[in-house]
Amino acid sequence: METLTRDEVLRLARLARLELTDGEIELFTRQLREILAFAQQVNAVDTSGIAEANPDPATGQATLRDDAVLPSLNRAEVLALAPDADRDSGLFKVPRVFKR
Amino acid sequence: MKARRALDIGRAVANAETTASAVCEATLERLEHETGRFNHFITVAHERARARASAIDSAADRPRPLAGVPIAVKDNICTRGVRTTAASRVLSDHVPLYDATVIERLEAAGAVIVGKTNCDEFAMGSSSEHSAFAAVRNPWDLSRIAGGSSGGSAVAVATRQVPLALGSETGGSVRQPAALCGVVGFKPTYGRISRYGLIAFVSSMDQIGVFGANVRDVAACVGIIAGHDPRDATSALRPVDDYAAATGDDSRGLRIGVPRALLAEGLENGVRDAFDESLNVLRRDGAEIVDVALPHSRYATSTYAIVVMAEASSNLSRFDGVRYGTRATGAMNLEQMYSRTRALFGHEVKRRIMLGTYVLSAGYYDAYYLKAQKVRALIRQDFDRAFERVDVVATPTSPTTAFKLGERLENPVQMYLADAFTASANLAGIPAISVPCGFSSGLPVGLQLTGRAWEEATLFRAAAAYERLTPWTGQMPAA
Repeated sequence: METLTRDEVLRLARLARLELTDGEIELFTRQLREILAFAQQVNAVDTSGIAEANPDPATGQATLRDDAVLPSLNRAEVLALAPDADRDSGLFKVPRVFKR
Repeated sequence: MKARRALDIGRAVANAETTASAVCEATLERLEHETGRFNHFITVAHERARARASAIDSAADRPRPLAGVPIAVKDNICTRGVRTTAASRVLSDHVPLYDATVIERLEAAGAVIVGKTNCDEFAMGSSSEHSAFAAVRNPWDLSRIAGGSSGGSAVAVATRQVPLALGSETGGSVRQPAALCGVVGFKPTYGRISRYGLIAFVSSMDQIGVFGANVRDVAACVGIIAGHDPRDATSALRPVDDYAAATGDDSRGLRIGVPRALLAEGLENGVRDAFDESLNVLRRDGAEIVDVALPHSRYATSTYAIVVMAEASSNLSRFDGVRYGTRATGAMNLEQMYSRTRALFGHEVKRRIMLGTYVLSAGYYDAYYLKAQKVRALIRQDFDRAFERVDVVATPTSPTTAFKLGERLENPVQMYLADAFTASANLAGIPAISVPCGFSSGLPVGLQLTGRAWEEATLFRAAAAYERLTPWTGQMPAA
């Protein structure tokens, strides 16, 4: 199996929207390689008999609730939690997305 | 204050022999004095605790069975009006608008939430050092870790500041700190306890768990918070047994499986001795000790790492600085705002998000995530086979006692190995409990019992029987 390069760490950080310091890039390149090598231990297991992975460990019956209107959180309270919001129009505010 | 059982406090308050306010004030005073020593609380909820205690005292009919019982809550469980940080800078000032279902149920039974406990950031860790606030210290030796990720809750109970505390479990985050701090720690079957209001980390494994100073208190507490909740689609429509009643039986006739091959390596000598002695105690009490094979559990930590990273990266994408939590300032555009806000995550969180992004990306998905899910199915099959022959599986909870603060902090793989005996129960979705079973060089050791799905009552029965036969749950660290 392959291992991670510094460029791949930068690509992952970009995909995951994480701004890293130079120190973190060095540290994580080494540590993520170690963790991946560890994770690759699973390759020692013969899983040919497992046709389809079943990721759901729950054996309790899943149920659907009635599609009824229930009270939800108060909009003004929710907007008050936001770092930036326009309460009158009921919108969250974020920095500019497009150049004018 | 003398150490008292949760159920005794609840009875005394319900019968008006004492007041919830008196219990509350004594607890808050201790928290004020001792939090600096252990770093185990992030927020002490003075106002909410006092209001709740006084409401109980003035109620015509005092609630049961936890009237006035002070309870500490891990800081990744939402509490209305009380800051809930998940030990992260991203949520350092976050005050939720609602209570988790477990909080509602505990309060309805009379409990008083006294504070929010420190933990690894977003529950990612096995030492409670990955906190944006401070590293939690072990009350048996302040130079050592308390275990994690729910380390603060374990310490709050170990010091008997509270008789009960809530934690959360993804790979051992209640059982391991319970073992390392010398208290009882319980993880339910996946779906047994509502997760509404628990900050999501690994949705296919996360469960809320309970710490207590004795098995009966834990069983009673689980009985209160367990059961279906329409607000959590993964919570099961299964009847909840009378767990507290199950603690009255002995272990006669109980078949206990021991996976000897799994325990052959990596086990500290003192832990092995305490574990072997605990099996002797149970055998003398009438339990039958049987060898079982869990051949795939040796891959539990590597399987677990992959599943965890994948689900964590996707769950934590919600922390974007838009709707709640902290937003980094000075960003020129939206993209930069996201990246700088998420730069506030600690190192362990960043590592898991990046590796999760990697194992889920095109070209790697089959090799890592799909492969891990298949190994996960095999781990579960091993347990299914074992449970055809035995009622519970016994192992030490942790391969070692509490290690030194800082010892594994820069070595993530070593940290992950702390979950070697606990993660398989989460991967399989089955319940497990850790009970104190002695000491190794003055540090607590835990006995782990793992059971069939939905058969929590059997675990409480076995753990309580063991507890009665040994002096360990009464042990407390020197003040």
